[in-house]
Amino acid sequence: MALDGLDLDVNQGEFFGLLGPNGAGKTTTIGILTTRVRPTAGDARVAGADVITDAVRVRRRIGVVPQRPNPDRSLNAEENLLFHAAYFGLDRAVAQRRAAELLAQFDIADKALSKIDEMSGGQQQRLMIARALIHEPEVLFLDEPTVGLDPQARLALWDVLRLLQSQGRTIILTTHYMEEADRLCDRVAIVDHGRLLAIDSPAALKRRAPGGTLVEIAVDRDAAPFAESARALPNVERAEAAGALLRVYSPLGGSIVARLIQLVEERGGHVKNITLAEPSLETLFVSLTGRKLD
Amino acid sequence: MSESSVEARAVPSSTVFVALLRRDVRVAIKELPFFLVRTIMQPLLFIIVFGYLLPKMGFVRGGYQSALLPGVLAVSLTLAAVQSVALPMVQEFGWTREIEDRLLAPVPTTVIAAEKIIAGVVQGLIAAAVVLPVARLIMGPIAGLTLAHAGEMLVITLLGASAFSAMGMWLGTAIEGQQIGLMFSVVIAPMLFFGCAYYPWRGLDVVPVMKYAVLINPLVYVAEGMRGALTPSIPHMAFPVVVLALLFITTFFWHFGLKSFYRRAIG
Repeated sequence: MALDGLDLDVNQGEFFGLLGPNGAGKTTTIGILTTRVRPTAGDARVAGADVITDAVRVRRRIGVVPQRPNPDRSLNAEENLLFHAAYFGLDRAVAQRRAAELLAQFDIADKALSKIDEMSGGQQQRLMIARALIHEPEVLFLDEPTVGLDPQARLALWDVLRLLQSQGRTIILTTHYMEEADRLCDRVAIVDHGRLLAIDSPAALKRRAPGGTLVEIAVDRDAAPFAESARALPNVERAEAAGALLRVYSPLGGSIVARLIQLVEERGGHVKNITLAEPSLETLFVSLTGRKLD
Repeated sequence: MSESSVEARAVPSSTVFVALLRRDVRVAIKELPFFLVRTIMQPLLFIIVFGYLLPKMGFVRGGYQSALLPGVLAVSLTLAAVQSVALPMVQEFGWTREIEDRLLAPVPTTVIAAEKIIAGVVQGLIAAAVVLPVARLIMGPIAGLTLAHAGEMLVITLLGASAFSAMGMWLGTAIEGQQIGLMFSVVIAPMLFFGCAYYPWRGLDVVPVMKYAVLINPLVYVAEGMRGALTPSIPHMAFPVVVLALLFITTFFWHFGLKSFYRRAIG
């Protein structure tokens, strides 16, 4: 089962993030909300319409950007936009004008008459966003839209998404990039194994992260005995083991590292690697699931 | 991005249907040369060998052409209708998933499937319209060929194209992309050879078992119907029988074609 009792409410005009590792059920959630996957149980409504009994009304109100670009390969770039607009009953002249605007906005105007095969992956991805916008949807779904984009293109897309939200659109975005959720979203739901683990604004979620810096120490054996001993140390808020990984949360930050190394070596272990992370969505996620996002 | 009221407007299904059809016409025009080659090649080879060479060599009697012509027409129609739906379905539901943008169109999913089948019917009709004159041209004068029953021919063509386009929808959505070759050798080829296209059904009187076994083959009714319409002097099934059978087959394939599309479309 991909989803297991996931209850969510997204407000109109909100920028909402679904954050979770691959296989968490994010894509299934988007599939259900965009009428493309039929849930085995439960119900969902988008812009007031039921995704099962009123799928047509839902489709009329949404735009969808898929995880992997799926343009109509029998058509050129501009035709992809024009026909998509036609499926939504847009007037031909309006569609033509909007297609030209969107192609320019996403910097693919020179590819308007190109075959899909002649466009790069990033260009195809931008075409998908243009397609999702041409019929002016109220709710925009983006499934991991920045996977495969270079950092510059990612930042450019973030700007576009902020602009779209400022125009009153509701945006639902899935991502496994913490930074993306943190920077863009009004609220973030952390999901794993199809279940909701936490939901709040990024700031509030960060406050819920275990206090202090997360110190991760990779050792050469099972870390459980070390975690046990670490809990007894002063200034350790929390310590746990995940296989050969020792995780310690401490307000001392880097200053506790020396003490931890000493602890491991006193008990016959050897330290192989050390990482530090400030309290963040990442450390919250690790504390909730016991594993990292990617 | 000013006219934000556009999206809330309800769009009639007929408008979306026409837009989907326009898309298929646009693509069909782009691919017309390939479509014509795909459609004409097989019947052309048959006509050259069985309708021209063999009669000229004296291996088959001249009257054979009269039995062959309606059959070749039936085969062209069938292949064009099946392929013009099955091939795109296999591709678009496959790795590229390019069907998605149409599945998001604001109409019931069944309308999207129905549009595809109708587009296939149109391509079947075009194939028949192209092959008939080409066949006549190569075979030369054909004994007993008449266009007096053009109305009957049109009915058979429409029903046949509709049945086979829907069959293409069923095949194209029920099988995986890797099995497309298998579909041709296991389903299409036997259907063509046992479809009474290259011999009249009454000729099977000599092999009674086969005569009744082939009745499950939908092509039999199209070929026999064409025979009755184009070369009525050749023994053939009665028009009402053919029409009834084709109505039943069409309903059958539409039902399973639409159902299979829906199952494939909605995860």
